[in-house]
Amino acid sequence: MRMALLIALLASSSLAQAKMIHVGPGGNAQEKLQTALIEAQPGDTVHIAAGRYALADGLSLDVDGVTVKGDGPDKTILDFTAQKVAGEGLLITSDNVVVRDLGIENAAGNGVKSKGSDGIALVNLRVEWTGGPKSTNGAYGLYPVSSKNVLIDRSVVKGASDAGIYVGQSQNIIVRNSRAEMNVAGIEIENSYDADVVGNTATNNAGGILVFDLPDLPQQGGRNVKLTNNQVIANNHVNFAAPGNIVAGVPSGTGIMVMANAKVMVENNHVMGNNGSAVMIVAYTQAFTDKAYNPLPRSVSVAGNHFMDNGKAPAFAGGKEIAAAVGGTIPPVLWDGITRYAVPGGGGEKLAEGGINIDAPGISLNLGLQGTPATQARPAPMQQNLVVSTRPAIVLPAALEARAK
Amino acid sequence: MRRIWAALLLLGAAPAPVVQSQLLLTTDAPRLADYGLFDAAGHPAPGVQPYTLNTPLFSDGAEKFRFAWLPPGTKAQYRALGALAFPVGTVLVKRFAFPADLRQPAKDVRPIETRLLIHRPAGWMALSYVEQDGGAVLKRAGVKVPVEFIDKAGRAQAIDYAVPNQNQCKTCHQDGEAITPIGPTAGNLNGSLHGTGPNQLMTWARSGRLAGLPADGWPRLARWDNAAEPLNARARAYLAVNCAHCHSRGGFASNSGLYLVPEEVTPAHLGVLKRPVAAGRGSGGNEFSILPGQPNKSILLHRMTSSEPGIMMPQFGRALAHDEGNALIRKWIAAMPDPADSAPAAAAAP
Repeated sequence: MRMALLIALLASSSLAQAKMIHVGPGGNAQEKLQTALIEAQPGDTVHIAAGRYALADGLSLDVDGVTVKGDGPDKTILDFTAQKVAGEGLLITSDNVVVRDLGIENAAGNGVKSKGSDGIALVNLRVEWTGGPKSTNGAYGLYPVSSKNVLIDRSVVKGASDAGIYVGQSQNIIVRNSRAEMNVAGIEIENSYDADVVGNTATNNAGGILVFDLPDLPQQGGRNVKLTNNQVIANNHVNFAAPGNIVAGVPSGTGIMVMANAKVMVENNHVMGNNGSAVMIVAYTQAFTDKAYNPLPRSVSVAGNHFMDNGKAPAFAGGKEIAAAVGGTIPPVLWDGITRYAVPGGGGEKLAEGGINIDAPGISLNLGLQGTPATQARPAPMQQNLVVSTRPAIVLPAALEARAK
Repeated sequence: MRRIWAALLLLGAAPAPVVQSQLLLTTDAPRLADYGLFDAAGHPAPGVQPYTLNTPLFSDGAEKFRFAWLPPGTKAQYRALGALAFPVGTVLVKRFAFPADLRQPAKDVRPIETRLLIHRPAGWMALSYVEQDGGAVLKRAGVKVPVEFIDKAGRAQAIDYAVPNQNQCKTCHQDGEAITPIGPTAGNLNGSLHGTGPNQLMTWARSGRLAGLPADGWPRLARWDNAAEPLNARARAYLAVNCAHCHSRGGFASNSGLYLVPEEVTPAHLGVLKRPVAAGRGSGGNEFSILPGQPNKSILLHRMTSSEPGIMMPQFGRALAHDEGNALIRKWIAAMPDPADSAPAAAAAP
């Protein structure tokens, strides 16, 4: 409590000296904006007035405690259509940063990326590739990675050739009240700990919401991710990702997909009109050499969701046959039934710690060992249980939440 | 006799500059000349020592001239890995210039920018000074400089040479939260100045600028362009210098899991049969960073040969592809043994 008071005092004292740096359209937008982002001091706000800013290079911010604010996602537009340099539109590498009320169009790579930020809020942003979904669009719209205390709120991403909203290798995360549309993946939480994905709409992507964990990375063992009160609707877009990428393997028609990870809760979502499967729960599909990696989904619960009109036209390999075997429609939950894996380098076999608990109809392919091909599937209905969740909501630092209001 | 006087008078009128050590420590000077590192003709001040690297970073073919200045009486501390530990007060200088014709590097040389890495008490600071009429001035936000030259293959090139902004300097020079030098590692200094004469590590130790140099066992980064050296050593040196500043565990690309530092031994972290994580369209439709024996199916080479933002690697620092460097990496991947043979080695690696 004393600490909280101290932080509040520090925050207010820095606010007292905080200044507003105004940047308007016209002239050399690149130099004006980048100079403002370099010269800002902690506590300052860089205000980018309404207008269209044509940028040939990425922008970056490396000062802690700065707010970058536009006049609205359709009014202040950072236009990267002619971008020649850099891997993202806006790159944040500092802590306690809020970026809000901006539109970011046609970034060559990612839209907005934060790397290694402790405290990053992306609020009321629009990231869009205006030529519609194309494999030549940038990869991610909003892309916090290796970050901590991450908030994505009231934002929209359209047309990303990988994931619209992608949070990777991060911790303590809320993605809420946002919309992802016409991306390959709508929202993806990857190799991350302690995340709430709440109140979002993912529609007309190839896959709506993904929770993945991949090997050979500095942070892995993704866990404690809760998807709740999301609208996951008609994610039947053709998958337009460049082959080779992990999302290129996400079947069109997927509502929610959990791959590897521990303790994932899928609760009280509206999942409708996804042609493949409403909720797909699978092990990592590829061979791997990382001894520390666990490819299994474990302690996954699916409870209280509203499922409607899913699984009518599965496009994934073997989908039609499976559907035919169970009465023509894939039930809401499809699990590969993989419960054990061989540790690379002759480390023996390991079993999943914690099972898959569902309160809706589901089917298991009963593949058993990780790496078993789907051609050996022995589909069978899964048992339904009463699933009770007591997991508290993720809480972000109050000061960050206050600046994101 | 008169001539000698005249010369002496001239010397008196334009004395050798004196390095402004206090200013370097405290102030981002608006003009390069303020620091007294060079005279008006570009000659280094006393104590500003040139050095060369076995394998340099490719910068669109720019000629680069490197200097180090250490406060009098101080020494760098030898380290086998990473940059030497330079004392506070050190300034590392890199001057970029384009000859009109890269095949005649000493002729018609146009200076573009001078980058300083200054070791201040709070850490290293990166500043770039861009040549203008009347001398080089500080540009924090970066700038594009149109440059025309004839490349090594005799082709006319016209590029927008990109002077990095302050944040981009840090992106490459970061190690964890800190900024750090990249070039002057023991391994990359382990060779002669300009390829002739005594070893630079020895010279530095003898002149009292380097402490702790062991009697032997110095690491050595190969010269990427020396065909007499082993292919693997040349390729690893090239990747170490051109990629590993980001692709390391403390670098900007730490989240990629692709680590190209010279000491890396795990095949998956070197890219061998490693699937992309966040490459997006940078994968070019390929499944692996490196598919042994198949350079055309390796994402690593695909991104090195591209000059399109969102695909190209490095993400900045070049506008052109480096044909000679890419040819080396192509040869290296083509010569890699079949994955089936390398799998047991992967398992055995520490």
